[in-house]
Amino acid sequence: MGVKVSMTVNGKQVSSEVEERTLLVTLIREQLRLTGTHVGCDTAQCGACTIAMNGKAVKSCSMLAMQAEGADIMTIEGVAKPDGTLHPMQAAFKENHGLQCGFCTPGMVMNAIDFAKRHPNASEQEVREALDGNLCRCTGYHNIVKSIMAGSKAMAAGK
Amino acid sequence: MHAFKYLRASSANDAAAAVAKNSEARYLAGGQSLVQAMKLRLSSPTDLIDLGAIKDLTGIKVDGSGVTIGAMTRHADVAGSADVKKAIPALAALAGMVGDRQVRNMGTLGGSLANSDPAADYPAAVLGLGATINTNKRKIAADDFFKGLFETALQPAELITSVTFPAAKRAAYVKFKNQASRFAIVGVFVADTGSGVRVAVTGAGPCAFRSKELEAALSKSFTVEAAAAVKVPDKGMNSDLHASAEYRAHLVTVMAKRAVQAALG
Ligand SMILES: Cc1cc2nc3c(=O)[nH]c(=O)nc-3n(C[C@H](O)[C@H](O)[C@H](O)COP(=O)(O)OP(=O)(O)OC[C@H]3O[C@@H](n4cnc5c(N)ncnc54)[C@H](O)[C@@H]3O)c2cc1C
Ligand code: FES
Ligand code: FES
Repeated sequence: MGVKVSMTVNGKQVSSEVEERTLLVTLIREQLRLTGTHVGCDTAQCGACTIAMNGKAVKSCSMLAMQAEGADIMTIEGVAKPDGTLHPMQAAFKENHGLQCGFCTPGMVMNAIDFAKRHPNASEQEVREALDGNLCRCTGYHNIVKSIMAGSKAMAAGK
Repeated sequence: MHAFKYLRASSANDAAAAVAKNSEARYLAGGQSLVQAMKLRLSSPTDLIDLGAIKDLTGIKVDGSGVTIGAMTRHADVAGSADVKKAIPALAALAGMVGDRQVRNMGTLGGSLANSDPAADYPAAVLGLGATINTNKRKIAADDFFKGLFETALQPAELITSVTFPAAKRAAYVKFKNQASRFAIVGVFVADTGSGVRVAVTGAGPCAFRSKELEAALSKSFTVEAAAAVKVPDKGMNSDLHASAEYRAHLVTVMAKRAVQAALG
């Protein structure tokens, strides 16, 4: 018991002592105190825990912290500019009423940013398919899809 | 989750040696099935041997014998590979249908096959194309690999290193998804290999299997009508809250029809 794990989190080098069985999301929330990453289920289905590992959206509840050794991790706390200016995808969620209670939102935004980088001109259907791994109990998804379409455009325009 | 010891293996040999030492040790690929099972305490290995740092286990190679994909290659990388899309478009498409984006960024080919979930997608492609599973010990033909519910021909500590998929003349995979989990309630992979037709079914039985009835009909005539005329027996098929055995048997024909249609382009 007690192993060392090191990674970059939101641009900062982090070294932590964890148990082998510590999940990445537990390290992020309970040790690094970055509580924007949420846990909404026990079955890897809700996506509230989505973060970017080496630029790819993954569910931090479904992997060990040890699997992120040496990785570049980005959580929702890392996407806005240091001066607080929202990331274009965050701004799009705000402008398009893409959230209600906000519980699913960090995971939605983290998945959406990764998706938009790879599919800048995605259709509405493709955006809906990209949300297969993110559940929202409030919005009915409609405004989330609108937000992601708008956020993708803004990202492509380099805003 | 119960406590365990963790080892990051630096080579396939080291990994295999570490698992061979201890009957309660397991390989860790992406963790998309195993970490889940451990969280629910359905599985409690004493040691996890992480394959994530072994470079040789990742990658896609195309040559005369088809497409060879490393066991640790993520579903998203197979789905997005220009080489796979060109050589076996149905395989790339299948990888793009597994679970959701986040699962595809972590889940691996080797993990999916070793796990042999009755509703997993990859087994249909492996069986449908007549692929070869390459391990650290031998080569296993797809027809000999799937043995039952979560059961394969792999021996204790045997490590899948890669899988070689022969290209087909035309092929397609269609699945009827479980709306919650995205797993296949029934999935059918149809391949016209050039030397016969292979039809593999997943989701319907304890593990993926070939449908002799559909193969016989489609070998005579590779048409939607030929598939439609086949009534698949429901004997031994899964029955659960998602679908009865009878309904699954019906879905096999329907998915086969759609797959033939897609393969004919
Ligand atoms: C929400 C969700 C939805 C999903 N939906 C689908 C779906 O629609 N279709 C589908 O097919 N799958 C689905 N999956 C499963 C997913 O495809 C996993 O990638 C797959 O089951 C294997 O996971 P893994 O590669 O991370 O392997 P792990 O979970 O790390 O390992 C699985 C098992 O394989 C063994 N193993 C791993 N690699 C090797 C190897 N190279 N040699 C020998 N043994 C090995 C491990 O010891 C373990 O027993 C889903 C999973 C989740 C969480
Ligand atoms: S908490 Fe990770 S998917 Fe629900
Ligand atoms: S806004 Fe409440 S769960 Fe999505």
